[in-house]
Order: sequence, then C-alpha cells, then structure tokens
Amino acid sequence: MTANTKPKFAMYWAASCGGCEIAVLNIHEKILDVDANFEVVFWPVAMDAKYKDVEAMDDGSILLTLFNGGIRNDENEHIAKLLRQKSQILVAFGSCACEGCIPGLANLSPAGEIVHTAFNTVSTDNPHQVYPRTSFDVPEGEINIPKIFPTLRTLDQVVDVDYYMPGCPPESHQIGAVIDLVVQVLQGKAELPPKGATIGAGNSTVCDECERVRNVKNITSFHRIYDVDIDPELCLLEQGIPCNGPATRSGCNARCVSAGAQCIGCYGPAEGVVDYGARLIAAFASVIESNDPDEIEAILDGIPDPTGQFYRFNLAGSLLKANKSAYEKA
Amino acid sequence: MTEQFEPTIIGFTCNWCSYRAADLAGTARLKYPPNIRLIRLMCSGRLDPTFIFKALANGADGVMITGCHPGECHYLEQNYKALRRFHLVRRTLKGFGIEPERVKLVWASAAEGVKFASETTSFVEEIRELGPLHWGKNSGQFPGGGEPSEFEPAPESPEEVPA
Repeated sequence: MTANTKPKFAMYWAASCGGCEIAVLNIHEKILDVDANFEVVFWPVAMDAKYKDVEAMDDGSILLTLFNGGIRNDENEHIAKLLRQKSQILVAFGSCACEGCIPGLANLSPAGEIVHTAFNTVSTDNPHQVYPRTSFDVPEGEINIPKIFPTLRTLDQVVDVDYYMPGCPPESHQIGAVIDLVVQVLQGKAELPPKGATIGAGNSTVCDECERVRNVKNITSFHRIYDVDIDPELCLLEQGIPCNGPATRSGCNARCVSAGAQCIGCYGPAEGVVDYGARLIAAFASVIESNDPDEIEAILDGIPDPTGQFYRFNLAGSLLKANKSAYEKA
Repeated sequence: MTEQFEPTIIGFTCNWCSYRAADLAGTARLKYPPNIRLIRLMCSGRLDPTFIFKALANGADGVMITGCHPGECHYLEQNYKALRRFHLVRRTLKGFGIEPERVKLVWASAAEGVKFASETTSFVEEIRELGPLHWGKNSGQFPGGGEPSEFEPAPESPEEVPA
C-alpha cells in the first residue's frame, strides 16, 4: 500500500444529535471533493477507527477537524483535548460546539435530576430501579462508562478553537462553501480567515435576509404562532410572534421565516453580540407598546418561558451559562 | 466572630437625574452604604441587558437601575424602554434560578438625593438578606469545570439486579 500523502481530516460528535453529520453528507457530490483532497482518518459516524488510533498519531498531524457537540461528560472532554492536540485546525462545527444548543438547555437542571428523569420517570420502564454506575467490577476487570459533568460546556470553554461554524445544523450550501475554501487554500489559491473567525455564515442578522415587510413595530400582545392567522407578507415580530431574527446571525437565507415559521435562533448571536438573550430582551422590550408596569407585565405573559425563548440555542454559551441549581452542584 | 456579608452592587445611573441625585447625596453628606459601585450612563435607555447579566456573572450580588421619573426623560421616552427591559430581565433571571429581586429599578430626579440614599440603603439590606449570589466565585471560570460527578441520586437499597 502506498503512503497516503493527502492532508488528514477528522470529524467527531460529542453531546449532539448527529444532525451535523447528516448535514455534511447532505452536500451531495461535494463530499467527493472531501475524499479527493483529504484522507479521512477519524469519523465515528462514517468509518471504523478507535480512540487509540488517534492517540497514536503525531501531534498536529490532522489538518482539519470538525468537532460537533458540547462537552457533557469526561469522554467528550478527553476527545476534545486529544483532537486539539492532534489537529492543526479545530473547527467548532454546529450550534452545540459553538454555544451549547439544545443539549445546553439541560444546564437549567442539576445533573442528578437529569439522570433521575432519564431513568426513573413514568415514561421509563425501570421496575428494578437500575441506575448506571460509572465503574463496575466484572471477572475480567473493571469496566467504565463516562461520567457526567455538572453542566454542559461549549468547545471553546474546554480547548482553544480556531474557527466557529454556527447553525443547527449548518446549512449544506455553507458547508459546501467552506469546503471549497479549504480546498482552495490547499491549492494556494486562497488564504485562511483570521483565527477565531466565524465561517460559513453571514455577518448580519436574519432580519437582514428576511423578505417580509417591516413597518414601525408596536406590539400590544404576544402570541404562539399556532394561535393566530399569520399575514404571509408582514414581519412576524410585528404580528406579535416572538421571532428571534433581530439577534440571530445571518447565513441561513432566512429559511424558517420565509416558510412562515418564526426564527428560533439556531445560527447563534450576530456579529458583535455578547449575550444573545440580552440582545433579544432589548429588542423585544423596545417594541412593546405600553408604558404602564401592570400592562407591560400582562403583555409579557404572552412569552411563557422567556429563558427558553431567548436562550434556546445559546444557554451554555451565554454570560450566565447555567441555572443556579445546576451551578451550585458544581 | 461571624463576619457580616457585604454584597457587591452595581448601580447604573442616568447622567441627567440619578447620577446628579447621587452627587447631591454626596454634597449633602448623606450616608449610604459603600457597597454600591455607580456607573454613569447617558440615559437609563442606554442600559443594554447585557450589562446586567455581565455584572451578575462577574460577581455582583445585585444590580440597581436608576433613571428619570416617567415622563421626564431627557431623551423623551427612553426610560420607558428601560422599564420594559427591566420587567423582561426579571422574568428571564427567574428562569436562571436567580431571585428577580436582585435587580431593582428606582426613579430618582436630580433633586432626590435623599431618595437615592435611602433606596440604596434599603436595597443593600435586601441583598444582604438574600445572601451572596456567588456566580463569579471561580473568578469568571465556567461552573461546569472541575471534577465530574458520580451519578446521583442512588436509589435506596436497590433490588438485586437479575443477571
């Protein structure tokens, strides 16, 4: 067998759903470009490789690693540190790695409560109250499963990250564009963006890409989207639908809003936004049409779960990061 | 001897009213606790909710927002924006398990040095009562770090697991 001189590529999933891997495969024939230009050395969803294979590699021998998923347990953390060591370019790929995403919402509960819910609620058939143990002695020796951390962390809260690629999952056309760029860099036709940059996304907000008509917004009540008839042309926030477009990074071509659903913010904070939820609070509060405290409270009742509304994808990456109950167990 | 908990409070003041109220309290030699650190904004409407979250995340135990009385805003109606943000921030903090009472809104005109001093005093006592927030006890470190926890809760005297 001849030595493979192609640059090496790896992809890993930590605490995530696997949607990011599907999105990568969804780039259709461009996946052949990946194969033509890279040697895939580690990609648990697509090929068989063991952790010890990665551990045996030289430091920095992998050119590009796409890391998706947050850091929920010590296995995630181990592989994040391992891949950081072995990779020249580490990309936080997808919302989970960038900002926690849906798994990050578990930061609203202590870890013990999460385990309890998973193993001991009415929906779980567990008559013998079997709970997992992190280590167990068998005749052959001790066997282990990963230990859960008190909270979920984003990738850059654990290791140094070179680039961020947001989205839940990243849009396939954006992945394709990033692969094109990396291939051009390999051929010496383009340069890499500065370290720490967000790639495969726009620099503006979803509102900027949204084609709905915007007038002066004055909201007198908030509605769930299934409770009202939506004007197909008019801005959703203006119609009282809590739409996260004003704080969300562009790059998705405003898909949800053009299909008639509100933006839920999967592309994360727009350029320059420190705390995603805080920006949305500022945006929503500014357009409420009332100066009376009681009336304001009544209008805000229309957003039953503000923390979930404003931090659905961004909780682990926000300034506060976790609920007090989860935090106190740390 | 037990030491009394001294809360750290960040106070956001408006250039046109409450900052001058604080000034007036000073020139009138009114006493109020030194726990509050004042930051002057041009208007309470400048108060990005990010400031509040950042203060709490980095070690403040409470945040006091002060502005011109309704109808008296130097920029016409920006203090109403502050009012609405205040309500929404309190609701959001509740979701984070943080007592909403840790954020307070006070209207104080430039002539109300006495009110500023008394509101500050009572707020410090309220926060002292609530106890430390400790969000930044790891000096901004993410709370999830450190040792991974064993699974809990372990069920009481679990039945023998069938092999």
